[in-house]
Amino acid sequence: MVTLTIDQKTVTVPEGTTILEAAQSVHIDIPTLCYLKDINEIGACRICMVEVDGYDRLVPSCDNVVSEGMTVHTNSPRVREARRVNLRLLLAQHDSLCTQCTRSGNCKLQQLTNDYNLLGDHYVKDLRPIPDDFSNPVVRVENRCIKCMRCVQVCEKIQGMNIWDVMGTGSRTTVGVASARTLGESDCTFCGQCITHCPVGGLQERDDTGHVFDALADPHKVTVVQVAPAVRAAWAEYFHLTPEYATAKRMVTALKIMGFDYVFDTNFSADLTIMEEGSEFVERFTHRDKYAWPMFTSCCPGWVRFVKGQFPQYTKNLSTAKSPQQMFGAVAKSYFAQKLGVDPHDIFVVSIMPCTSKKSEAALPTMRDVCSDPDVDVVLTTREIVRMFRGEQIHPAVLEETEFDSPLGSGTGAAVIFGSTGGVMDAALRSAYFLITGSNPDPDAFRQVRGMDGWKEAVFAIPGAGEVSVAVVNGLGNTRKLMKALERGDVSYDFVEVMACPGGCAGGGGQPIHDGQELAEERGNVLWTLDKNAPVRFSHENADVQELYRDYLKEPLSSRSHHLLHTDHEGWKMPSQMNVK
Amino acid sequence: MSRLDIKTPSKAQTVVDNLYRDVERRIAASPPGLCPVDMSLTFLQLCHAQSCGKCVPCRIGLGQLSKLIAQVLDGTGTMDTVAIIEKTARNIVNTADCAIGRDAARLVLDGMEGFRDDYEEHVQHHRCLAGLENPVPCVALCPAGVDIPGYVALVKAGRYADAVRLIRKDNPLPISCAYICEHPCEARCRRNMIDDAINIRGLKRYAVDHAGIVPNPPCAPATGKKVAIIGGGPSGLSCAYYLTLMGHKVTIYEEKKKLGGMLRYGIPNYRFPRAKLDEEIESILSTGIEVYTGITVGRDVTFDRLQQEYDCLYIAIGAHTDKKTGIEGENSKNVMSAVEMLRAIGDDEMPDFTGKQIVVIGGGNVAMDVTRSSIRLGAKKVTCVYRRRQEDMTALPDEVDGAIAEGAEVMCLDAPVRIEVDKNGCAAALWVQPQIIGEADKAGRPRPNKASLPEIRIPADIVVVAIGQGIETQGFEQTGIPIKRGTFVAESSAHVDNMDNVFAGGDCVTGPASAIRAIAAGKVAAANIDEHLGYRHEIEVDIDIPAPLLNNRPPHGRINTTERDAFERRCDFEDIECGLTEEGACTEASRCLRCDHFGYGIFKGGRIVKW
Repeated sequence: MVTLTIDQKTVTVPEGTTILEAAQSVHIDIPTLCYLKDINEIGACRICMVEVDGYDRLVPSCDNVVSEGMTVHTNSPRVREARRVNLRLLLAQHDSLCTQCTRSGNCKLQQLTNDYNLLGDHYVKDLRPIPDDFSNPVVRVENRCIKCMRCVQVCEKIQGMNIWDVMGTGSRTTVGVASARTLGESDCTFCGQCITHCPVGGLQERDDTGHVFDALADPHKVTVVQVAPAVRAAWAEYFHLTPEYATAKRMVTALKIMGFDYVFDTNFSADLTIMEEGSEFVERFTHRDKYAWPMFTSCCPGWVRFVKGQFPQYTKNLSTAKSPQQMFGAVAKSYFAQKLGVDPHDIFVVSIMPCTSKKSEAALPTMRDVCSDPDVDVVLTTREIVRMFRGEQIHPAVLEETEFDSPLGSGTGAAVIFGSTGGVMDAALRSAYFLITGSNPDPDAFRQVRGMDGWKEAVFAIPGAGEVSVAVVNGLGNTRKLMKALERGDVSYDFVEVMACPGGCAGGGGQPIHDGQELAEERGNVLWTLDKNAPVRFSHENADVQELYRDYLKEPLSSRSHHLLHTDHEGWKMPSQMNVK
Repeated sequence: MSRLDIKTPSKAQTVVDNLYRDVERRIAASPPGLCPVDMSLTFLQLCHAQSCGKCVPCRIGLGQLSKLIAQVLDGTGTMDTVAIIEKTARNIVNTADCAIGRDAARLVLDGMEGFRDDYEEHVQHHRCLAGLENPVPCVALCPAGVDIPGYVALVKAGRYADAVRLIRKDNPLPISCAYICEHPCEARCRRNMIDDAINIRGLKRYAVDHAGIVPNPPCAPATGKKVAIIGGGPSGLSCAYYLTLMGHKVTIYEEKKKLGGMLRYGIPNYRFPRAKLDEEIESILSTGIEVYTGITVGRDVTFDRLQQEYDCLYIAIGAHTDKKTGIEGENSKNVMSAVEMLRAIGDDEMPDFTGKQIVVIGGGNVAMDVTRSSIRLGAKKVTCVYRRRQEDMTALPDEVDGAIAEGAEVMCLDAPVRIEVDKNGCAAALWVQPQIIGEADKAGRPRPNKASLPEIRIPADIVVVAIGQGIETQGFEQTGIPIKRGTFVAESSAHVDNMDNVFAGGDCVTGPASAIRAIAAGKVAAANIDEHLGYRHEIEVDIDIPAPLLNNRPPHGRINTTERDAFERRCDFEDIECGLTEEGACTEASRCLRCDHFGYGIFKGGRIVKW
């Protein structure tokens, strides 16, 4: 243990503790900007500077450790001046049009500028005349970027992708795409973790809200919206409402107010996914020799992009089942359009996702299976729909609850857990067990696959089928480890669930941003609680899904199912597969 | 008003003079990988401030060039901008009144030729081709990428064995490099910005001298793969060491009686004591390497047989043949080559130079080794003759100074013309033609030209030719290995093109270079041979590097190693260098700025923990 003095308070902390954390332990707040615990402790922004007795120069508190007898001043006149000057220097290269920035009110730089009462400009504005690229789901805005390097670190340390890197040297040092000229030419998975870890508006989702407003205003369009499981655990954070109060049903009301004709639930198509993917697994499992092992889940588009770009030889191991988002789009424009007696071209499908990569999935050439239009027209992230609610002056706190529309609005407990790591596996095993044995297991029989561990393994015995060996990973860094272990033959599984974002969709790159906080676990627990309290906890017991099969699809893996609900993952290429430099 | 005034510098001038010195040191500390266009612009602006302002091209043109280059960097320029920059710079070179303008514009023109693709990338893609591949300057400049800040910190902490283990991760010859490395790592040390580079080699020597016996890490499980290494010098030994750690079975074939290559047969004992070399080789061999000495590949065993018997070959035969001057009398008795002389010394067969006059031809490190060895062999007088100036010598300045201190005569700007031979066919004197230094050649080095002075006779009992070494390609010519200008051709991976399982590296590929470059080639070859054999063994070491102190470094002089008294050391072959004291090593290690923590050293690419 080391004892030191911070602002006249005596502090005793373990050896190796940073000055910043030592101060936090006695409730002394040192402001930070580039710092992100365990991910970015590089002392780049020089905001967390403190004065240490015996040293002429100031010291950054985030990447220097305490020593015995040290005396630290966190708010001396020199420190104050340093923070103010360094903030102003950052502002000189920051496009401070906060009124037009999605991060206004949720921006560390804005907050610090306000806190330090920095009025007026002291320095010459020094912005770079470089156009921004809005062609991808992830957008980088050069003149908002403060070069804190958090995105580079998250992309390397958490996601293991190394898409972003420091580019150039000297005064023009910036962040750019490491191995290609543009993000679109890179093998970026568009997971969006760089966005949710950006302290300012330097990285953001491509805003597609305008297309949705246009569709809502078009009298010829039947607007259909689906809400992904994980969105319900996070959508009301901006409004400071608890998920217990801000239920999915209250969100239905909000969407109805906005003018959507039909408000449906992606939970419906999650149950449908389980029927198809579960049946596919049973088919593969009972005809082992015909297939490559293990079988991988395919509902996470970041993961699909990852496997195609990084381990293309495993593309054939992906389940051919589409993701719930895409199954929904295909069913909405076929079965539902037919039910309504409407031309599928006139149906406009919007999905609200916790995800940025879903925008790229919906745009794939292979995701137009009903008519020539995309099965899903526009994908909005949770953050975008919150902005739309704000623009419509919708106040969720005063809304009543409304049921989802029928027939694509029902979902079981097994569907809602798709939004958390382990959820897809858990749901799939519940129904696979039923498909094989003809009776339901205990819905909590597969709980070993739940929880926040990055790489989980379990073996379950299914009577009549033997042992099923499964793995669940979340975060692409963990995924790469698993894939390498598979390649080396160190591990072998029957079924593997992968979610690109740490903690799964609950921690998705399209979710609301809370700087320095990781909320995947908390949001995931909301979903697991919804499952626990759900009247139906097995996908195969979703009555509307059963009806869909009875009236339209016939049975899982039928030829119509194949046409609408399955996809050819080889039907499109990643940039590296096209040899684009 | 007085009629004349004595010139005294103003206070401002004195401060500016100090600034110039600071700038010089700062330029020396430029890390590799900076944006060359940005650096051109910055130099140009410095040059523009030097303009007297009289002539138009310099006063206005340099400023316009700056603005145009800034447009390129800011991404607002077009390819037309690049064309205008070129035209303007050419015009300034052609029309400026003096060197201030002309040479400033020439810098820009040279850049347009040397890194035009950088200009174009900025214009077309708003990005820079440059980048700090390794943000720690010393590590970036070490051919083997040794974790220098790491071991300097370990020396400071008194953990000498850990320092050796850390060095061995990237360089299995820490003792050799501690004594004789030409330390490219020190060239751009960031400490230059404050005062002077860290004495990195001195600290390494302190570590190896005080580490005791440091065991090698265990070898990976045997793979059953066999690799033959031709040549047991620094490159071959390095490759053998890493491949053995990776679990492969390695056999070294060495032509000479003992291993070590130029470390033994080129570098005299007074610079690198044999006992130390033997200790290092013994340590490397203890990993389980098989060695055949006195075997010449191509004569005692055919290359083809090795290629069939082994899964991979690494050729690292060095550069052991001598180059001839081609002057009259070179083939007479008592004329010898440096290679010949140093090889004999390497095998402890000391020539007797007692009372003789020795003339050495050459200006490189080998010429200095020969000069200083001749003094130690009892010569009455040793004269080193070089056709250019002393500052043009390729030998390290310390070596030249050391030779002079030990009593050698260094005659510069004298070109050898012929060796006078007595009636017995023995060399009697070297005749030289005095030179006058002339215009610079393409590389910028001034050329020596014949001066209008008569030839000079330098009496000589023995003449030693030390003008460079070549590669013994005989025995390899028929094997299909590509040979270009007397060296083997290999890729940057050390793989020999068109030969499936053959790799080559070290002096035999680069031409005579340094031990550390040869070591680095051995390391690269080991990694790629391992990969070629279908493996991916990783070399790493589990050492916890001490955390740096808070960044607070006042200027402080560099602590240098000292040498034994010249008058005493010239009489024996014992080590001439006195290593740092404990106090000196600790103080010097404290000067390290820990670029592994500050700047982007703490970022990705900063510390390479394994390869």
